[in-house]
Amino acid sequence: MVKVLLDKLDGLFAAIAQKETLYIPIDTPTGAKYEKWSDGMKMSDALNTVRSPKDFFFPQTENLMEFKTEGKKIEIIDIRRENEDFVLFGVKGCDVASFDVLDKVFLAEPVDSFYKNRREHATVVSLACNRPHETCFCGTFGIDASAPGGDVVCIKTDDALFMDAKTEKGEKLLSLISEFTESTDGKEAADTAGVIRERLKKLPLSSLSAEAFGDGKTSKFFDAPEWKELSQTCLGCGTCTFVCPTCQCYDIKDFNTGHGVKRFRCWDSCMYSDFTKMSAGQPRLTQLERFRQRFMHKLVYFPTNNNGMFSCVGCGRCINKCPIQMNIVKVMKKLGGTENG
Amino acid sequence: MQKIKREALISRASELLKNGTVDRVFGWKRGEFDYDITPALFHSADELEKDFVWGSLCGANFSKYLVKEAAAGEGKVLVFLKPCDSYSFNQLLTEHRFPRDKVYAVGVECAGMLDAAKIKAAADGLSAIRETENSVIAETLYDGDIEFKPDDVLAERCLNCKSKKVVAFDEMLGENGEADASARFDEVEKLEKMTPDERYAFWQNELSRCIRCNACRDVCPACTCEKCVFDNPESGAENKAAADSFEEKMFHIIRAFHVAGRCTDCGECSRVCPQHIPLHLLNRKFIKDIDAFYGDYQAGEEVGMRAPVVNYTQNDPEPGDVVGGGANG
Repeated sequence: MVKVLLDKLDGLFAAIAQKETLYIPIDTPTGAKYEKWSDGMKMSDALNTVRSPKDFFFPQTENLMEFKTEGKKIEIIDIRRENEDFVLFGVKGCDVASFDVLDKVFLAEPVDSFYKNRREHATVVSLACNRPHETCFCGTFGIDASAPGGDVVCIKTDDALFMDAKTEKGEKLLSLISEFTESTDGKEAADTAGVIRERLKKLPLSSLSAEAFGDGKTSKFFDAPEWKELSQTCLGCGTCTFVCPTCQCYDIKDFNTGHGVKRFRCWDSCMYSDFTKMSAGQPRLTQLERFRQRFMHKLVYFPTNNNGMFSCVGCGRCINKCPIQMNIVKVMKKLGGTENG
Repeated sequence: MQKIKREALISRASELLKNGTVDRVFGWKRGEFDYDITPALFHSADELEKDFVWGSLCGANFSKYLVKEAAAGEGKVLVFLKPCDSYSFNQLLTEHRFPRDKVYAVGVECAGMLDAAKIKAAADGLSAIRETENSVIAETLYDGDIEFKPDDVLAERCLNCKSKKVVAFDEMLGENGEADASARFDEVEKLEKMTPDERYAFWQNELSRCIRCNACRDVCPACTCEKCVFDNPESGAENKAAADSFEEKMFHIIRAFHVAGRCTDCGECSRVCPQHIPLHLLNRKFIKDIDAFYGDYQAGEEVGMRAPVVNYTQNDPEPGDVVGGGANG
């Protein structure tokens, strides 16, 4: 483990940015967001960004391939390019864990080469959450906000950032910035982690449990009468799915340019009326079925297909952003049938 | 702070359930925190007592829900209407979107609603929100209590409140107020004073944050098409992906045109936007222009009004007279 004094952070960012593109969370009047680092930018102290960092690996829209037509000839153009290396700095434990969820989807056969390309070129520097919010429940899914994953794990104290490389990529990054860091026994970092763990225990949602859900629980919950009440006032907008770090459904469409076709993909939302529409129509006719799909996917279908891994990481974005304030915590408590899910 | 207390609403709703006037109540349901209040149906006095809430965090406008809910039950549904909700209520009736005789409307005096996002932005780890006569107190996990002046954390639409008057009700709880639109166009006027380039930059900055979640449309009481053109793959207008970060302006401008003359300025669009885009300013510009061209008009003020943009009178101004001719006309 090494540490860098906070007043040297600007220099450290500049050194990274000289070698690779660096993204850090910054403050804006409407909340924190990731931005490409440039001179003078300060890393946000906000707990987390409004939009999740899934955008870096799975952007809201991207072109996949192009077709050029000439008479009866059709040419297929592969537009894939090798991504450049980049560093994603200050990712919180929940969001780092969301990458593991996305990996299960996009790196399983058949591998999604677009996603894989970006993932391989990224170095993820995580940051422990000194002040977790009331809306946080990452602990429910086994995530420890005091010890996040990532290639380099950071803990911030009053005057320094402690950095611990966990992978080869992480080692490489630290060697790049060695002139800014000094070695440390990490005691202050361990102390801070201890304080964070105490704080996590005291959070209002710390006792929320996912035990009732998981592998093989489809028949237990699919026809539960509670879905009606839970989904009753859902607007059917896509806010929850778009701010969610693990929602990964997309649509693929062709755009006719007049002399060819651009095939693109874009985020889709199971809340939408035309989601997975097929020739026979939309299989989920009412908002109840669409609403159920989202939560069953997170709490039952995904763990059933992925050795018990839930596809919620407890980041709390849906609690903050749902226009009608319905969210996965309310669903878990109602369906789980107890105060704690 | 609301003058009318939760108990008054619960007590009246329970009576109306008991005497058979209504068989269900549309209300605000308690959540995990003081601010995460969900619109919900209540069927009994017990349910109301347990989970019904009313206070300055009950911003949701229920009028649009009546399109589905009014005809869904056998008896009448009770709906509580704040002043701004009542304009949406009337406008929906004007458009024949729900049967009036299936609804029992209780108007509620409103002192303005708080914006939980404003409180959260200044209070890290918000564990509770309390109100006193002249302040809003945020209890936090790490910084103790933080006190705000109510105006500093009031919702944007309430800072420029257009009316304290409930225009549709079967009965009122509290005093009915007056309409006062005097401050309503202050923000629009600021935009009008900008140069075209400045204004373009303003909207580019705002609308490029759009993630096209459609929450503004889905919550809008003026957007009640059974199938929105943007959701219909057959329409040719469906677009799930923006070609660039400013393309979403088309969606928002088209939507603002579509609801022009019908938008009551309830402000739900801006309230629900996860990216805090001040969408209501587009609608307010239309309202201001309609007022200027055709005389003051407030959608939803009365049932059955004809909006100037769908009406014709011989006094209507010629477009050329209004915008002026010439190269910039």
